Amino acid sequence: MDVTLAREWMRAAAGAIAADADLLTRLDAAIGDGDHGVNLNRGFTAVVAALEKTPPETVADVLIKAGTTLMSRVGGASGPIYGSALRAAGKALPPAAEVQPADLVAALHAGLEAVRKLGGAAPGDKTMVDAYGPAADAFEQAVAGGADLAGAAGAAARAAAAGAEATVPLQARKGRASYLGERSIGHQDPGATSTALIFQALADVS
Amino acid sequence: MKKFINDPADVVAQSLAGLAAAHPELRVDTEEQYIVRADAPRAGKVGLVSGGGSGHEPLHGGFVGPGMLDAAVPGEVFTSPVPDQILAATKAVDGGAGVVHVVKNYTGDVMNFQLAAELAADEGISVETVLVDDDVAVEDSTWTAGRRGTGATLLVEKIAGARAEEGGKLAEVAAIGREVNAASGSFAYALTSGTTPAAGRPGFELPADEIEAGVGIHGEPGRRREKLRPAKELVRSALDAILDAKTFTGPVLLLVNGLGGTPLIELYLIYGEASAYLEERGVAIARQLVGNYVTSLDMAGMSLTLCQATDEMIRLWDAPVRTPGLRWGA
Ligand SMILES: Nc1ncnc2c1ncn2[C@@H]1O[C@H](COP(=O)(O)OP(=O)(O)OP(=O)(O)O)[C@@H](O)[C@H]1O
Ligand SMILES: [Mg+2]
Repeated sequence: MDVTLAREWMRAAAGAIAADADLLTRLDAAIGDGDHGVNLNRGFTAVVAALEKTPPETVADVLIKAGTTLMSRVGGASGPIYGSALRAAGKALPPAAEVQPADLVAALHAGLEAVRKLGGAAPGDKTMVDAYGPAADAFEQAVAGGADLAGAAGAAARAAAAGAEATVPLQARKGRASYLGERSIGHQDPGATSTALIFQALADVS
Repeated sequence: MKKFINDPADVVAQSLAGLAAAHPELRVDTEEQYIVRADAPRAGKVGLVSGGGSGHEPLHGGFVGPGMLDAAVPGEVFTSPVPDQILAATKAVDGGAGVVHVVKNYTGDVMNFQLAAELAADEGISVETVLVDDDVAVEDSTWTAGRRGTGATLLVEKIAGARAEEGGKLAEVAAIGREVNAASGSFAYALTSGTTPAAGRPGFELPADEIEAGVGIHGEPGRRREKLRPAKELVRSALDAILDAKTFTGPVLLLVNGLGGTPLIELYLIYGEASAYLEERGVAIARQLVGNYVTSLDMAGMSLTLCQATDEMIRLWDAPVRTPGLRWGA
């Protein structure tokens, strides 16, 4: 992945979130407070603007800048969570204009670790961890099996989408949806859904 | 959606501008988006900062002023503020004695305030956080997000604010805030959902004869759906839930709070039922407050909050306060 591709990834993610903002908001209205699409759309629009204003020269800096922007623009739970994930992923990368799939494996796991540390969510708690975890694992396995970036990103996107769908029967134990108790069962988690969109954006540009 | 707005995207900013115009005794930073006492920072005084999503007015901006908050940080509607904003407000009220953050227990609020407190610590400001989690409708458990912060936030802000105003130290102001929270319990019923300007439609739809029990203040559905019953029965159920969850022997502070769309005529009726039932249960009321204070936009509904009050809490409750939303003795 080179710096141009990293920027395209963020732009594609912004496009996907804008296109599906209404879906994310509807999912969040069912088990949360109905602001997830609006929040992320505001944040990713700001990410695209920030990356255009002063284009970073390394993949790491693209992710760090995107993370910092999300953290200072989104609010809610998803702002700090996506913000710290992208920042931790960026910080785990070598400071180079181009990084290898193996570097990205480490970066994805660093991002996931940051999410777990900040939010304390475990797999099965019905959060974005349920999409992010399987995606990071699938990416790693694909790379270990010799896949290139496109192959690994495709596997990650499929795993994230399946993980998001698998949140439907779960009872939420973290975030706003946990207040509903058993009533959270039967709905797809909005954060896991947006995570799947972001991995699909990576697959699309790779 | 029918609302007095110009553009859904500008509601928070334009409402803040209006608050600034109506209250020259407050300073509103429209750039960083926070509201602060015009005389802040006050040297040697512990600063009290609270915040959260917008849509709960008068909480929190309406509680900025002598005897209560030094600053409030409103986020977008029902969305917690961002760390930069919270940091800016924290710096604006830091008079060298430290700053207390009053944070309602929602994942977004907790994370954003935590990040802001870390940034403030980097700049040499001591921050203590008082977490409010009084809503007994939610099971408390270390494996979940825990209970929500609702009506007791007002009690914490008033009482800790009075302690800070009279010169309490950082640890003392935080301690009384935590004590009030620990002594409080709340329960809410919704008759209708609220409508956020961005969504343009109600968060949930209710048939004419059904209500949501155990709702929070963000238009989210509650713990369960029930049939509408006479107010007398609903008040008893709500108070039973609170009295079962925590021990209240009295004297208590009782807050009868409207969620934004319920008129005072109903809130006073509710107060009458609540005070009668508490008397029946042998719980004496030391002080009471009735009105729309911790709201959920235009949601029709009400919450009841009890706080087992010490003499010290009652003394601080009675202390003068002068804010747009709460004002007595000053
Ligand atoms: N502790 C957590 N760890 C990981 N992800 C979480 C956690 N809590 C919530 N989430 C994710 O955040 C998503 C909701 O994000 P959103 O932006 O709507 O925040 P919010 O909860 O509405 O924030 P706020 O409380 O400020 O309104 C959930 O769908 C879930 O995937
Ligand atoms: Mg939400």
